[in-house]
Amino acid sequence: MTTKISIQQVHKYFRVKRNLGHLKETVQPISALQDINLEVKQGEFMVIVGPSGCGKSTLLDLLAGLSKPNRGQIRLDGNEIAGPNLDRGIVFQQYALFPWKTALANVEFGLEAKGVGRKERRASALEYIQLVGLAGFENRYPHELSGGMKQRVAIARSLAYDPEVLLMDEPFAALDAQTRETLQSELLRIWEATKKTIIFITHGIEEAVYLGQRVAVMTSRPGRIKQVIEVPFESRTSEDDLRSNPEFVKIRHQIWDLLKDEVQRAQEQEKSKTLHAGNLKSNAKGVAANG
Amino acid sequence: MANVNVSTGKLLTRYENNQSTSRERVDWLHWTITKLHHVFKNSIVIITFLALWEAAPRLGLVNETFFPPITEVAKAWWGLLLSGDFVDHTVTSLTRSIGGFTLAILVSIPLGLAIGWWKTAAEYLNPLLEVFRNTAALAILPVFILLLGLGETSKIAIVFYACVFPLLLNTISGVRNVDPLLIKSARSMGLSPISLFRKVIIPASVPTIFVGIRQAGASSILVLVAAEMVGAKSGLGYLIQYTQFSFQITEMYAGIISISVIGLIINYLLVQLEKRLTSWKQVYSE
Ligand SMILES: Nc1ncnc2c1ncn2[C@@H]1O[C@H](COP(=O)(O)OP(=O)(O)O)[C@@H](O)[C@H]1O
Ligand SMILES: [Mg+2]
Repeated sequence: MTTKISIQQVHKYFRVKRNLGHLKETVQPISALQDINLEVKQGEFMVIVGPSGCGKSTLLDLLAGLSKPNRGQIRLDGNEIAGPNLDRGIVFQQYALFPWKTALANVEFGLEAKGVGRKERRASALEYIQLVGLAGFENRYPHELSGGMKQRVAIARSLAYDPEVLLMDEPFAALDAQTRETLQSELLRIWEATKKTIIFITHGIEEAVYLGQRVAVMTSRPGRIKQVIEVPFESRTSEDDLRSNPEFVKIRHQIWDLLKDEVQRAQEQEKSKTLHAGNLKSNAKGVAANG
Repeated sequence: MANVNVSTGKLLTRYENNQSTSRERVDWLHWTITKLHHVFKNSIVIITFLALWEAAPRLGLVNETFFPPITEVAKAWWGLLLSGDFVDHTVTSLTRSIGGFTLAILVSIPLGLAIGWWKTAAEYLNPLLEVFRNTAALAILPVFILLLGLGETSKIAIVFYACVFPLLLNTISGVRNVDPLLIKSARSMGLSPISLFRKVIIPASVPTIFVGIRQAGASSILVLVAAEMVGAKSGLGYLIQYTQFSFQITEMYAGIISISVIGLIINYLLVQLEKRLTSWKQVYSE
């Protein structure tokens, strides 16, 4: 198998303004990602798991080309990523559907950006709406759809322009447990059918083991790759109750072991951040502007 | 690709579909009852108000000379309509008000979109715009009359002034407050800044721009009537002022009511247009 994505010694800093009181301000760099190295193979389902605030979304932004690493580089098919492009599709946790467009028009959006003609666009969008099981809902607006259905539309939108890599940032985190499990198994089916390379971010251990061929475990901030675990199941979709398979349970526990210190550390960081919140809040705008 | 097994998805959507159709039926019934209730709630007070207006002067509770019964006012209005005076004044007023309003839209919306998009411009200009917005249009009416005289120009200019700022400020804030996630999502699909602006920023700002359009619509009438009362030879504001001075009290009331009704109609039309253009929105704040 050939390497699709190669992340080499990637570092990412943010400059955060901090009030020291009395109108004094300092700009401190905080390190979000530190020395990330990871290779993702063509057609692989790679899951990245880590405590919240460890830099997962930051890494995904870098992969999407929405921001640039301060050090190191990310290569896609051997070429350094220069910016956003339709060869990568993103699915966000909060769906990011255009509320003024119907489900169908949302799916057509990326195709339009790609320059596909009107007729072809429509046909292709309908096909993908069908693929995600939303036939009959083409003309609904996002607010008329449930959370699970919105995420189906978002997945269809990203698949429709046929990217080589699908980047997913905690796409099922906002859904209820039942919908999440359904969408997980459907995502696997879509992956098997489309043979896309998928990088899937989550903070759920069970989700990571269920979906990933390999699971990269991240440390708390500054995020590093702590370990990459192989999950050796042949076909997840044919196995009846994968989640109670002893091998599954073993791997889940292994990842839990790797993560528990990190989660604790992340929570402590969160606490000290809250202590500084008074200082930080007044600078929220500046912080965002620095991203 | 299309032959992928999607049975689970179909089942799930069918399940969700069933749920939503039965929910829709309940919603519909609920909606009808609410609507009837709504109509009743809205009209009962107006009917009572009109009845009181009719009764109070007739029963001698108020002076009939200064406060004629509503039926007398209606008769006077009919007279004005037949004589053609009413139509003339209304056309004059509407021309001024729609003229100023349209000019303001043509200037403010493109300008607001540009300022909102160009962050630095927005930050620098905002304080000045706030000052202008908080300067009541009527307060500077004398300035307009000094500079532009008593003719049509000064009337259209004052309406323009009153409409420009709500439109401009709402357009700017509409552009500035587009959900960053939508921008991020569009950028990730490789949209150029111009397509991003055209396909995401503008449609996402429409609801906020409409808040400005409605505010401007309301003030265009308000300010115009006041301006016509101060210095004009025609228009509904002039009609009210003139009938008061010549002691045609019923005609004066007819003029006042006409202005309310025109205001209501304009607001209704704008709300309908808004509903059409933002039909994708979940709730309307009425
Ligand atoms: N634009 C930004 N400016 C400053 N700090 C940021 C910015 N984006 C993220 N961060 C910080 O970087 C860290 C990682 O954030 P993120 O990648 O969103 O974490 P995760 O997705 O793993 O929860 C957090 O501490 C966050 O506060
Ligand atoms: Mg995140």
